Amino acid sequence: MTFWNNPINFISTWLTGVLTGWRLPAALSTILLYVVGITVLIIFAMTLDIGLVWIERKVVARFQDRLGPNRIGPFGLIQPVADIIKMVIKEDITPDGADKIIYNIAPVLAATSVIVLWAILPLASTIYGVDLNVGLLYIVAAGALGTLAIIMAGWSSNNKYALLGAFRMVSNMISYEIPMVIILLVPTILANTMSVRGITQAQTGMWFAILSPLALLIFLISAIAELGRSPFDLNEAESEIVAGFHIEYTGMKFGWFYAGELLHAFTFGGFMAILFFGGYGGFFGLEKLAFFSWLNIPFVQALVFIAKAMFGYWVIMWIKYSVPRIRIDHMLAFNWKFLVPLSLVVLVNTAVLNKVLIFLPSWLYVLGMFGSNLVIGFVTVEILRAYGRKQRKAEQKPGPQTQTQEQAL
Amino acid sequence: MTAEQIIFLLTGALVLGSAIMVVTVRNLLHAALWLVASLFGVAVLYAILQANFLAVVQVVVYIGAIAILFIFAVMLTRRELMEKGRQTRPNWWIPALLGLLLLTGLVLLILNIPGINRTAAALPVGLDTVQALGTALVSPDAYVLPFEVASVLMLAALVGAVYVATVDKK
Repeated sequence: MTFWNNPINFISTWLTGVLTGWRLPAALSTILLYVVGITVLIIFAMTLDIGLVWIERKVVARFQDRLGPNRIGPFGLIQPVADIIKMVIKEDITPDGADKIIYNIAPVLAATSVIVLWAILPLASTIYGVDLNVGLLYIVAAGALGTLAIIMAGWSSNNKYALLGAFRMVSNMISYEIPMVIILLVPTILANTMSVRGITQAQTGMWFAILSPLALLIFLISAIAELGRSPFDLNEAESEIVAGFHIEYTGMKFGWFYAGELLHAFTFGGFMAILFFGGYGGFFGLEKLAFFSWLNIPFVQALVFIAKAMFGYWVIMWIKYSVPRIRIDHMLAFNWKFLVPLSLVVLVNTAVLNKVLIFLPSWLYVLGMFGSNLVIGFVTVEILRAYGRKQRKAEQKPGPQTQTQEQAL
Repeated sequence: MTAEQIIFLLTGALVLGSAIMVVTVRNLLHAALWLVASLFGVAVLYAILQANFLAVVQVVVYIGAIAILFIFAVMLTRRELMEKGRQTRPNWWIPALLGLLLLTGLVLLILNIPGINRTAAALPVGLDTVQALGTALVSPDAYVLPFEVASVLMLAALVGAVYVATVDKK
């Protein structure tokens, strides 16, 4: 066992040796090791977060045909540091009517609900926090904590806009959790496990993005809704409710919400990479060739994983800065009348075909899975088109319905 | 005392302490949040027992759905979140006595379970508890009947909720 093949184990063995050398009891040194490991993981995630601020601002600038931060440091690289200094030295305000304890716990809980996700994120085959056998449900549970943090922030601020933002966010998160949970079952069926690491290993043959592209699409949509990013950013719709649930927060307390949101987006990019693009393993099949065997070194795997996660993050940003916000009734109708039935169909299709096609040669299996997804997608688009045609016809007829719709606009 | 026992005692104190806070604080929203803390403590207890699935489902269902619905209902239906009336009834000692009796009975019952002092054997390496649970839920010699009955009940509740919520078109 060398450092390059299994770095975490190597370091932990070495540290255990050092600690027991200091005559510490074995149990205590284990606990110390856990504490050190958790701290290092959090520091890694938060350092990455600082970089994400720069990436987000630069990418937004490109989408909006601007340059973005470019004054401090080369390419504006030191800008996030300046941002952090600004946030830390800003005045820290707790509003008069606020519920002080809840108001101050909420930003911490919001950031925590994201950081706990990193416990199950496998960066490489030997670099991961914990291999939970209920990993996918753990993602949903962490989302529940995030919802709670937003309710606490919105209610304790004693501000009607904050409360409205919190209400919208919660109705958003609770409804989009349903397609998310249903669609998380698709990788579970394909990999025969709920462990995130197991799902990554099950994709050495074929990425689940090819076996079930519709599941990938639904996961992406519900992940964006879970993040509360545009087009689902009704929680902080600045043209209607100023800033939503974090309206009263200043300085670093706001910073925690902001940092949490960015890291959350990146983390969901990471989960997209793990669930559908093979995670750390697999770089277009190159890693199986002898010449590219260095792709299987854990540190290179971590780089591959971060690159894939960045791709997911970039797609989320791309959608955020291209699509306008949608109205809340449209958003809920889209979820309940479109995403939930579609995800149920995809789930049943995957479950049945997975058992039927498993006896066929693998290329037929892949083709059948992919083809069935294409058929479902085609039928869905046709149903939507027929529905849209019917709606347009109804609108052309002069009647009370047309008038009310114009008035609503 | 092992580390596990310390964690168990701390979690038990968290569960019981926040459960007491739920019924004693006057601010209804604080009560709901204390309830969340108590339920989270129960999830930690499940995790100590290596029941990963139960622990995570406890958080998803009780904190993610039920507690948040509680908070919503409290926030949307009450104008005044402070409870101003008396917190005890004149004959509070009767339920207290009954509760004490129940506690004594339960403790005696649990102490009389054969092998209560034995330490549980460690789970065999490589046993996937989630898989075992899933198989048990659908195998005919385990829980398939209760599972199916429960799902029919849920469906009935769902249909009932839709029926009750439907606005009469007439």
